Amino acid sequence: MKASEISVGQTFEKVVVEDLKRTQLVMYSGASGDYNPLHTDDLYCKEAAGYPGVFAHGMLTMGMTGTLVTDLFGAENVRKYGVRFTNQVWPGDTLTATATVQDIRDEDGRPVAEIGIETVNQDGKTVVLGSATGLLED
Amino acid sequence: MSDEKTVTFPVEGTHVMMFARSIGDYNPAYHDPGKGEGNPVGAQVAPPTFPQAVAQFDPEYPLRIKDGEAWFGSGGSPSGIEGKPATSGGLHAEQHFEYTRPVRPGDVLTARYSQGETWEKESRRAGKLTFTERLVDYYDQDGNHVCRARGVGVRTERPVDQG
Repeated sequence: MKASEISVGQTFEKVVVEDLKRTQLVMYSGASGDYNPLHTDDLYCKEAAGYPGVFAHGMLTMGMTGTLVTDLFGAENVRKYGVRFTNQVWPGDTLTATATVQDIRDEDGRPVAEIGIETVNQDGKTVVLGSATGLLED
Repeated sequence: MSDEKTVTFPVEGTHVMMFARSIGDYNPAYHDPGKGEGNPVGAQVAPPTFPQAVAQFDPEYPLRIKDGEAWFGSGGSPSGIEGKPATSGGLHAEQHFEYTRPVRPGDVLTARYSQGETWEKESRRAGKLTFTERLVDYYDQDGNHVCRARGVGVRTERPVDQG
């Protein structure tokens, strides 16, 4: 992303997952090493943990949301990325992430952009709220 | 703030590819060296949240089945540990990364863990909440800082009310 191509207040939107599959939760468990049965084991969730079923790792939601951040900046240009998890994400959810350009400035002589990030589910409920900073091309 | 432990692990291209797939990211930068979009140096790079996969290499990581230890997930019965509290694990409340440079396959990273703050809060949806902050600094094989991760975990008094 080039500094000359963006402006404060501009927004970018991406559907980061449509109809989230349980298999995606299994894939994330396997890749990340977080094998908490809350994310893959329906029987455990319902009968031992008191949840209606498996739900997504917070880090999966952060990772899926992060694809918007890396689409914008390129993975090698991300300087900061942080989120708060505000609601759980369930199989079947469709998540839309929105990035809003909040600031464009120079850091150590290079242009950077700070973006606010919000991911909502199909009911408009916020699941992740955060921000990211990335280097821009001159 | 003292270092609690360190874990050293290699960043491998195949692992990065699997991790990228698992977050639904099919950008060739994660599996096809030299063809990454917007990748000026033509090498692979890891997604920003990849450092969290250090869990795979942490010998003490609690959320993985270990040889000879009881596992709290289901087998023939809903949990392999009887009398396990209903809210067994904590939930993740916040996660923040700051990068000194991107993580790339070929790196050998050492994660240094340290404990941050702990605080409590009352919540309508899950009773008393206990928050714990953990910091992980990642250094490369030359001792240079690569990234800092700050995670906040929360233990709930009861399962989060879905209403």
